[in-house]
Amino acid sequence: MAVISYREALNQAIDEEMARDENVFILGEEVGEYNGAYKVSRGLLAKYGEKRVIDTPIAELGFTGIGIGAAIAGLRPIVEWMTHNFAILAMDQVINNAAKMRHMSGGQIKVPIVFRGPNGPAEYLSSQHSQSLAAFWMHVPGLKVVAPATPYDAKGLLKSAIRDDDPVVMLEAELMYSWEGEVPEEEYLIPIGKADIKRQGKDVTLITYSKPLRTVLSVADKLAERGIDAEVIDLRSLRPLDTDTIFASVRKTHRAVVVDEAWPMGSPASFVAYAISRECFDELDAQVEIVTSEDVPMPYNHRLELAVQPSEEKISDAVAKVLYME
Amino acid sequence: MGVKKTNSAKVLNDSLYMSLLEKMLLIRIFEERAAQMYGLRKIGGFCHLYIGEEAVATGSIAAIDLKKDYVVTAYRDHGHALACGMDPKVLMAELFGKITGCSHGKGGSMHFFDTEKHFLGGNGIVGAQIPVATGVAFSQHYKETGGVTLVYFGDGAIHQGAFHESLNMAKIWNLPIVYICENNQWGMGTFWKKVSAVEDFYKMGAAYDIPGMQADGMDVLDVYEKTAKAVDIAKNGQPVLLEARTYRYKGHSMSDPAKYRTREELEAYKKQDPIGRLKTLMEEKNLIDDKAFDALHKKLKKIVDAAVEFAEKSEEPAIHTIYEDIYADKEAIWQL
Repeated sequence: MAVISYREALNQAIDEEMARDENVFILGEEVGEYNGAYKVSRGLLAKYGEKRVIDTPIAELGFTGIGIGAAIAGLRPIVEWMTHNFAILAMDQVINNAAKMRHMSGGQIKVPIVFRGPNGPAEYLSSQHSQSLAAFWMHVPGLKVVAPATPYDAKGLLKSAIRDDDPVVMLEAELMYSWEGEVPEEEYLIPIGKADIKRQGKDVTLITYSKPLRTVLSVADKLAERGIDAEVIDLRSLRPLDTDTIFASVRKTHRAVVVDEAWPMGSPASFVAYAISRECFDELDAQVEIVTSEDVPMPYNHRLELAVQPSEEKISDAVAKVLYME
Repeated sequence: MGVKKTNSAKVLNDSLYMSLLEKMLLIRIFEERAAQMYGLRKIGGFCHLYIGEEAVATGSIAAIDLKKDYVVTAYRDHGHALACGMDPKVLMAELFGKITGCSHGKGGSMHFFDTEKHFLGGNGIVGAQIPVATGVAFSQHYKETGGVTLVYFGDGAIHQGAFHESLNMAKIWNLPIVYICENNQWGMGTFWKKVSAVEDFYKMGAAYDIPGMQADGMDVLDVYEKTAKAVDIAKNGQPVLLEARTYRYKGHSMSDPAKYRTREELEAYKKQDPIGRLKTLMEEKNLIDDKAFDALHKKLKKIVDAAVEFAEKSEEPAIHTIYEDIYADKEAIWQL
């Protein structure tokens, strides 16, 4: 199997879907001539031309809304946000139009569109450019939200998202674009709404999504050295949420820690913890722990910014807590 | 009804006069009944009536071909929906919140939709429909359908960033769209001149090298002609901004007694009533007399009566429908 980067996997997904369906096109800031702010769209302008690879002005609300209008009139746009931080300017269009038009029209209108770009903490960027906004999208009925953590999942989920008849928000991460992984040559899709067990185990369930997956897997390896067998669930999709996989795992291990780089209040982690506590209450041997970013904006200083985010140490401590090892 | 003559120069055929009159009168009667039903609490929530502004939707939509053209508007959408040919029954049923409504009772007054008739809403956030409509025009351009999109918004919405961002992109991408500012002069309770840097909205297109036009929004023929011109320009990939000066007789919504303006101002506009003006013109051309007008009024009143009866007799939506029309597949909704 070929080993490629996360950004190449996304690029392949877009390329393949544009080749497959002439109604698929991509628009956003710097997607064309510049080949993408993070080079995800590299080569697409040369291959598909200006009609289908469209450089926009810096107007997130406007071009996001134009994508939505194009979607309701028969196209399948991919809207690239340079980062989710800038998508805050477009939130009205995503929440009030993309997510609601099917509903407000009594099912007459469909909005097949993908909104994607980097989300979450990066490095040395302070508080406006280094934050996870996952909860904002996950909160909204009418949206689907995917957050793949490997090149394989990124390619398969983006292809599914492009073909989906509902609006899909995709959370990537700046620091993940260069991560590498195996991706098969032949075509495949990953269904939206299915979690993936990245490591089998029986003593404790560690649940995460997106960039923290690497940290969580590393912790699991270290726990194994201490004789603790952790199961690692990668949610991959936040909405719909694959509770079947989560609950089955917790019923096996009886212990759960949810790791999330969003803030704690109203976070994906806190909701997953609630769902487990409610559904698996009788089978839990300890209360569910969450490890999130600290409830503060991101500082610039590197030592401080690392202290804000989930770390191996914080995750290990939470595991120790649910195993009563303190 | 009023007597002021229209200044229309273009020769229009007789059947068009009659259909414009019929459409405007249908909207007027429908809206008056909606107000009445609101008073009886059959209709709830926000209900923005189009009385006084009928010429704008009627004249402009008559100038397009809904087989390939599209209409997108904001929350004062009853008139546009009727002008697009939507059935008064499904509209009244939607106002009543019934399952037989165009949006199954989920949209209400602000969210009328009919994809088959190319009427794409019905948007409740001021100005948010402008980028969406620009995207619809983008799709027409992309697919080379030869169609245009008309998008309506008020004198309040024109100051939103959504408007300015859209015009810029429509221009750089040569989109077939006509932006129609329905300047009814009051953004809720705020007089438009108090909050605008310019007094002629059509000039705002100039910042984006988009031609601007102005129409008398109380004159259906003027709106028709100006829209036809604008559509011809837009079809060639040049977006146009058309300002229609008009006036709403009622408050911003049903809950607004409109105390911010004078009775004299309202009466002055009623003297230029769009229905009265067209009727006067048609009388001069011997196209209609009082008897024929009364017969038309009676016929339309019956249609609206039937719509009220239909809405009244229709079923409430079943509770389980709250989980429908959200995703292509129901499973995506969170339920423990």
